[in-house]
Order: sequence, then C-alpha cells, then structure tokens
Amino acid sequence: MATIAVPSPIAERRVLRPIAPTGVWSWITTIDHKRIGVLYGTTAFIFFLIGGLEALLMRTQLIRPNNTLLGPDQFNGLFTMHGTTMIFLVVMPLSAAFFNYVVPLQIGARDVAFPRLNAFSYWTFLSGAILLNLGFVAQTVPDNGWFSYANITERAFSPSAGQDFWVVGLQVLGVASLAAALNFLVTIVQLRAPGMSLMRMPLFTWTTFITSILIVLAFPVIAIALFELMFDRLFGTNFFNTIGGGDPILWQHLFWTFGHPEVYILILPAMGIVSEILPVFSRKPLFGYPFMVYAVAGIAFLSFTVWAHHMFTTGLGAIATSFFAASTMLIAVPTGVKIFNWISTIHGGSLKLTTPALMSIGFVSMFTIGGLSGVMHASPPIDTQHQDTYFVVAHFHYVLFGGAIFGLFGGIYYWWPKITGRLLDDGIGKLQFWLMMIGFNLTFGPMHFLGIDGMPRRIYTYPANMGWDMWNLVASIGAYTLGLAILVMIFNIAKTFINGERAGADPWDGMTLEWTIPSPPPAYNFAVIPEVHSRDPFWLQKHPELASHELTESTGEITIGAQHVGDLGIPAVHAGQDGGHEAHGDVHVHMPDPSYWPPIAGLGFFIAGLGVLIASATTYAALGLTGIGLLTVLVAIYGWSLEPVNG
Amino acid sequence: MRLVRGPAHAIAGPNPWSPEALVQCTGRSMTPRRRALVRNAALTLVLVLLATGCNALADPRAPQSTVFPKSDWAALIYDLYNKVFIMAVLVFVGVEGALLLFIIRYRRTDENRLPSQTHGNTRLEILWTILPALVLFVIAIPSIQVIFASEEVPPNVSAMYVRVIGHQWWWEFQYPELGISTANELHVPAGQTVRFDLQSADVIHSFWFPFMGGKVDVVPMRVNHMWYTPDASAASASPYLSQCVEFCGTEHAMMRNRLFVDTPEQFNAWAALQRQDAQVPQGDDVQRGAGLLLGGQCRNCHTIKGTTAIGVIGPNLTHVGSRSTIVSGTLDTNVDNLAKWIHDPQSVKPGAKMPTLGFSEADARSMAVYLMTLK
Repeated sequence: MATIAVPSPIAERRVLRPIAPTGVWSWITTIDHKRIGVLYGTTAFIFFLIGGLEALLMRTQLIRPNNTLLGPDQFNGLFTMHGTTMIFLVVMPLSAAFFNYVVPLQIGARDVAFPRLNAFSYWTFLSGAILLNLGFVAQTVPDNGWFSYANITERAFSPSAGQDFWVVGLQVLGVASLAAALNFLVTIVQLRAPGMSLMRMPLFTWTTFITSILIVLAFPVIAIALFELMFDRLFGTNFFNTIGGGDPILWQHLFWTFGHPEVYILILPAMGIVSEILPVFSRKPLFGYPFMVYAVAGIAFLSFTVWAHHMFTTGLGAIATSFFAASTMLIAVPTGVKIFNWISTIHGGSLKLTTPALMSIGFVSMFTIGGLSGVMHASPPIDTQHQDTYFVVAHFHYVLFGGAIFGLFGGIYYWWPKITGRLLDDGIGKLQFWLMMIGFNLTFGPMHFLGIDGMPRRIYTYPANMGWDMWNLVASIGAYTLGLAILVMIFNIAKTFINGERAGADPWDGMTLEWTIPSPPPAYNFAVIPEVHSRDPFWLQKHPELASHELTESTGEITIGAQHVGDLGIPAVHAGQDGGHEAHGDVHVHMPDPSYWPPIAGLGFFIAGLGVLIASATTYAALGLTGIGLLTVLVAIYGWSLEPVNG
Repeated sequence: MRLVRGPAHAIAGPNPWSPEALVQCTGRSMTPRRRALVRNAALTLVLVLLATGCNALADPRAPQSTVFPKSDWAALIYDLYNKVFIMAVLVFVGVEGALLLFIIRYRRTDENRLPSQTHGNTRLEILWTILPALVLFVIAIPSIQVIFASEEVPPNVSAMYVRVIGHQWWWEFQYPELGISTANELHVPAGQTVRFDLQSADVIHSFWFPFMGGKVDVVPMRVNHMWYTPDASAASASPYLSQCVEFCGTEHAMMRNRLFVDTPEQFNAWAALQRQDAQVPQGDDVQRGAGLLLGGQCRNCHTIKGTTAIGVIGPNLTHVGSRSTIVSGTLDTNVDNLAKWIHDPQSVKPGAKMPTLGFSEADARSMAVYLMTLK
C-alpha cells in the first residue's frame, strides 16, 4: 500500500512503477485527477489558440469582398478545422479539465473512481487531437465542415486523405470521451462523501453527471456513423455512397442524433460553472436548486428528441417537421427556467463584480440572445430562411462562445486560485472581460444582419455590392478585438505565475467543499473525508446562524471533516500521520501509484489511427500498423489491470 | 387549418421595425412602475436598439435579403418571422433589463452584509415554467400552419413545372413542359405558381431565392419539392440573386444563380427563343470559333442544340449568349470574360470542373465570339 507520507520501498515492488514526484515523467505517468485536469486544461487552451488563429485567418479573408488572401480549399479546411477544434479539442476538454479537477473536490473524494482509466482518457484524447491535426502536416486538411455531410465525404468527391484524418481523429476522441464519461458517472454515484445525497450535490457536479450520461448515450451513435463512413472510404461499402444506393440523409440523422446532445454536452458544464459562481458572489444560495436540477435533466432528455431541427430543409415532410419544431420549442422551457433562476439568484443578493462574476453575467446575457435566436429558427418556416446563413453562425456562436466560453473562462478565473494557489489579477481580468464582451458582440452581432441579408456560411469569398461589405469589416475588427482579449488573458496568466497574489484556501468566501482544503490541494485532497449535512456545506459552516432551518437533523451540528461548526480553514488532522483517523474507522490515506500503462494505451490508439490513415495508400503496412496499435492498447489495458495496487 | 396562399397575398401595414412601432409595443406591455425602472437603466435602451438593429439595419438593397418578400411563401414566412421576432425582442428586453437592473441594484456595497438567504420560490418558478411554454405555444401554432400551407400546391392551382438539378458547381434548369433546358438563370412569369422538383447530379446542394421564400436541399437519390407564386409586382425588381446554401465542395461560394421574374409577355418571348435551335454561325471569325468548339472536346460535356454538341455534363450552351452571366452567375456575359474562361478556367474559378483544354487566347477569343452569337 502506498501511503503518501511513507511511499513503499522500491525493493518491495514486483513490477516497475514510475516514482518520480516531479518533472516530465511525473506528469506523463500521473493518475492524480488534479494533474490530469491541468493536462486537459492546458491542452485545451493550446488548441483554443490554434482554433482562434484559424478563425482570425478566416475573418481576414472575409474582411473585404473578392479577397484573395486564401484559396477556396484553404478556407474550407480552416472552417472545418476551426469548428472541429473548438468543439472537440477546446470546449469538451476544457469542461473535462473542470470535471477532473473540481468534481472529486466538490463531492469530498480523494480521486475519481478509476484513476488509471482517467489518465487513459487524457492520453487517448491527445492522440485523437494530434491525429486530427496531422492533416496540417500532411498538407491535406479535412475540408467538409465540422459535420461533414455525406455524400461529399465519399472517396469519389473527396479523394484526398483529409477526410480520413477527420474520421480517425474523431473516432479516437470518442473513445476518450466515453471512457471519461463512464468514469465520472461511477465517481459521482460511488464516491460522494457521507451525507451528500443527490439533491445536496453542487450544481456543477450535477451538470457533470448529466453531461456524462449524454456522452455515454450520444457518442456510440457518432462512433457507428464514423465507422460506416470509414468503411465507405476504405473498403467501398455503400452506407452513404449514392452511386451504390446509399442514403446521404442517413448520415444527417446519425450525426445529429449525436450532434444535438453534443450541443448540450458543450453547454451544460458551463451552466454548472455559472451556477457555482453566481451564488458565491451574490452571497446567497442558488435560487431554486431543485428546479435547476430538473431543468438540466429535462434539457438532457429533450436533447435526444430534437435532432431533426438541423434538417428542416432536407424535405422531412410536414408531420416530422412539425414534431421536431414542437420538441425544439419545448427545450426552451427548461432553458428559460435556468436563466430566470440565475437572475433571481442575483436578486436580493450582495453581488461582487469580480472577473468570475462578470464572466458568468456575460454568459447569462449572451446565452439569452443565442437562446432567442434559437427559438426563432425552431420555427421551421423561419429556419428555411436562416438555415446555412450567417444568422445561424451568429446563433451558435452566441451559445457556444457567448455561452460556453464565457462560462468556462469564468471557471478558469474562479478555480485558478484553488488549482495554483495564486489569484489571477482581477483588474486585468476585468479588462479581458470587457474586451471579450465588446469584441464578441462586434464579431457575432453583425452576423445576424449578414444572415438576414442572405449571406451563406462557408463561402470563401463574396462579391461586392451584396450589402455585406460593412458588416464583414465590423466582424473582422471584432475578431481582432477578441484576439487582443486572449492576449490579455495570456499576459494575466504569465503575470500570475511570476508575482500572483497568493490565495488562501477560500479566497472567494466559497460555499462548497473544495474551498475547505488548501490551495493547491494536497495529493490526497481531504485528510479526512468530510461528512455532509446540507447543500452548500462550507457556507453553513461559516454561517452557523443560517444553519437551523437548513438541517433536517435535530442535532443542529454541521460537521466538515473533523471540524465542528465555527472552525474555519484546514482540517487539523493530516494524512499519513498515525493519528489520522476517520470518523468511521482507522484508515490510512492511500493513493494509487502512477502508471506507465495509460499513456502507452493512448499511444496504441495513435499508432492504430496512423495505420488507418495510410490504408488507402498501402494495404499491408496499414494492416500491420493498425494491428500493432490495437495490440499495444490491449497489452496496456492488461498491464494496468494486472498492475498490483501496492506496487 | 389551412392558410390561403396565392398571388394576391401581400403584407400591409407600417413597418413593425420602425423605432416608433417598437417603442409603442414595448411601452404598452409595461406597468408605470416598471417603466420607471426601465428609465433608470438607460443601458436597456442600448440593448433594445441592438435587438431592433437585427432588422432595422438589414440593407434593403441587399440582393439576397430575407426580409423583403416577393412571393406568397416568402410573405407567410416574413409574417411569422415578425411575430416571433417581436416576442423575442420583448423577452430580450425583459430578461436583459431585469439582469442589468439587479446587477446595478444589488451590487455589493457593504462587505459585511449577509443578504437574506432565499432558496427559491416554487410558485414563481412554476409560473416561469408555464409562461414560456404558453409563449412557445403561440409561436408553434402559426409555424405549423405555415408548414402545412407550404407543403403542396393546392389542387385548384395550376402550376408551371421546373426541374432544378444541382451540379458541382452550377445549376441546371429544365422546363419539361416547354422543352427548355438552361443553366444558372431561371425565368418565371410573375403571378404564376411554380413548382420545383429538386435533384442533384452529385452531392447535396441547397436551392434558395430569399425574396421568394425559404430554401430546400437538393439531395442526390431524392426528389425534393418547393413551390411559390412570385408576386405580380415582382417583375419590376428582377433579377433576384442567390447561390447554393449547402456546402458542396471547393467552389461552393461560386455556385450562384439568378431568378428573372418576367411579365407574362416577356416570359413567352423568352420561352419561344429558348425552344429554338442554336443560331447558325455566320461570318469568318464566328465560323472559326464554331469549328474549334464543335471540333474539339467541348461537345463531350456541353449541348448546343442543332449541332453535334450533345454532352450533358456541363451547362447547355444553346442560348448562352442570351444569359446575363456566365460561370454560374459569377461573370458578366461578354467576349472578354468568355475568352478568359475558355483559355484558363482554373484562374477564373479555382477547382472548377471545366478542364483547361489548351486553347490559345486567340482561339478562345474566336470561340467566345461564336458563343456570344448564341442568343
């Protein structure tokens, strides 16, 4: 058994295990949920910069009519990679970073349920991300859009390998997402601290839970669609190949059966973050917690009933179109409840406009606009005018940038002190917020007008005298302003590492368990697993006068860790000491050892993916490479399964 | 329930997006107390302006605008859009106004004050679950009415039939009843109901004339339909521009087309001309061009009715000189542009399916001169 304070001597180990506590190898072999969270976050931020540069290139191309900065294939590659990157390599892993770092802390756990599977998820994600972007190195970039509608994706119309990079990259990313989602489901079901009933979970944990359910149900659908497309392209099957009798609309159904829940996979975590931040900075509990939970669950359920609203123009017929219009409008109801409840959380509170609070308010206000334009094209006749124009581009950027990115950036400012022990500068943060807010609205606001004026999305150039010149210029200026905001953020992060103000355990006067432990938290998180008697346990510990009506128990006593009401700060009992007792027995704090196997499994997927990528060129080498890759995955999974717990 | 659609349908009344109209409708829905609150939050006004900007800033001269309907279908959609947009603006003002108001009103001034710890209000929350549902119901009913009204041509209406075939990257228009096949420029008579069959020769495209209504995808292996009746007055603002609106590969951006809404007389004259065989080449230069064109590979892909050119891969050129544009609506029809296109298609439209056949600039010019005679 590996005890943190006294690691087991290497001589006792039967299998070679990594032991480095610092340095590159410690990060590669780590299975600590916090370090994996940091890896996810860092990778996602790097891809955010890449995806952002792609966007800036596109905005530069469209800054004036008949521009020739980029050719059609370059532009088509950029919008494909921009969309795919921002969805799968930025918003999802940035959310995963918070799942990883925050959820175990919020539920009073020492790690996730399957720490090595968690590391496997990250390395597999990284493999998929690199495979997707290898197209830039091979100079054949996927260029059929982030939803890559059939049948233009068939070999006959897209003979280059670009589309293969997209298929393989996404398939591997899906493996990572599924493994992570299952991990978080088990973690949240199994590892909650004693007393933390479902309806006492922090809302971010709730959204993580529901998002994980969505991933588990939605990703198998895209996995099948991707396999079918891969088989069409590599082995000449005819799932979507019209020449062989395949149906391109089948792809749209499969893609959006995944794709619409995916939209909520992107936005629910940000909604959870906002639901954490607004109460803390308003100094009052989240308004209507049960309704918020039901709303998240309701959105998740409905998200599987609305996919065909992406297909109103494909000729579904009046009956199906009406059904999907009604179900789509229905989803605005739980979404509206959330917005009203966030606003009501601010109502009557004592609102401190820190950067996280501003970002959250930015989320609520901008997401509302995206939601309203969403209701507009939920009406199919209106959608037939808006579909595939810049109006839709405006809409989904208002929900995904105005929504998800504002929320996630709020999360970065909010939990940064917990993760690093230092506060990001609030003044610079506010500057970033306002630059973002202005730049965002300058970029995407005018796109509404462009859409109303009939500018289609995905065109690499446009003639003059279409009435589009001015708003395109404004949108491009807005995009540069957004770029400036991100530079300010990078400066803030750099400054914080050099001379950031040190944060205590609880810099924001928090409400949830993660603020009861030091910043950054020790490897084992909680020396003693806390016992929870209410929602917002730390808040009530700090404000015992509020406790009486909170508690159903007659004791009136709130216990957090080994402490009692009135104590603030860090549990006095430290892990590894012989006196480390839990309330329910004499248990040492033991953490699983790092492992080589998860990154090896991730590497296996990378090799297998490379094999598929060269398949159209050389059959035997491809088969060999894919075989070696999959074998590596298998060996690695066996390796970690047989790896003894105690080294 | 079925909405009546027909050429007579027109939108009347003042522009609902004028600032006066908006002030009026927002003002009516507010109690005096709330109006006072709104006055306090001057920024709300900015937000209202932003929201109305959506339409007020729409450029009436934009040739692909969606908010200047010129057909029965487009008018139905526009009416619906107006209703939904007004509701969206009201919700927007209410929600953003409340948010802004609370941010200002409840800013932290006393670091030690602990506000009242409200946990929720079930009655209020049920109310704002039901209210939006009702609003959505009000949107859903007319939406579904328009869906059904646009589904099929009413049996008592006789429609002209046009077959639209999407190609990478140009549009083919066939009038089977009239024996006409043309490319990229569609002619219909004003006031005449037209029913379109939409088919694709390769990948998915999407067919759309914003002034005439919504878009319908052009899907291989399927035949989709759409129909509308251009307003009797629509001929005056003709032609209407459009382009493919479903990403269809490299030159998706250059797959443009035009709609000419003609008076019945203009249309009949046009149709009569289009039915004829191609002009016989006259004059040396024209004959030289015709010889190059019909003797070379051009005829494998193009049709020039009455000659040996009977290919069906590229646009029908029988009356190419009568069209206002070439290269799928991207260049004006003239000798220079035609010559440039024939000489080096890839420099005009990179990725275009028309191959570079190695004609010299002089040869290309002769061919262009011949094509210009094909009125």
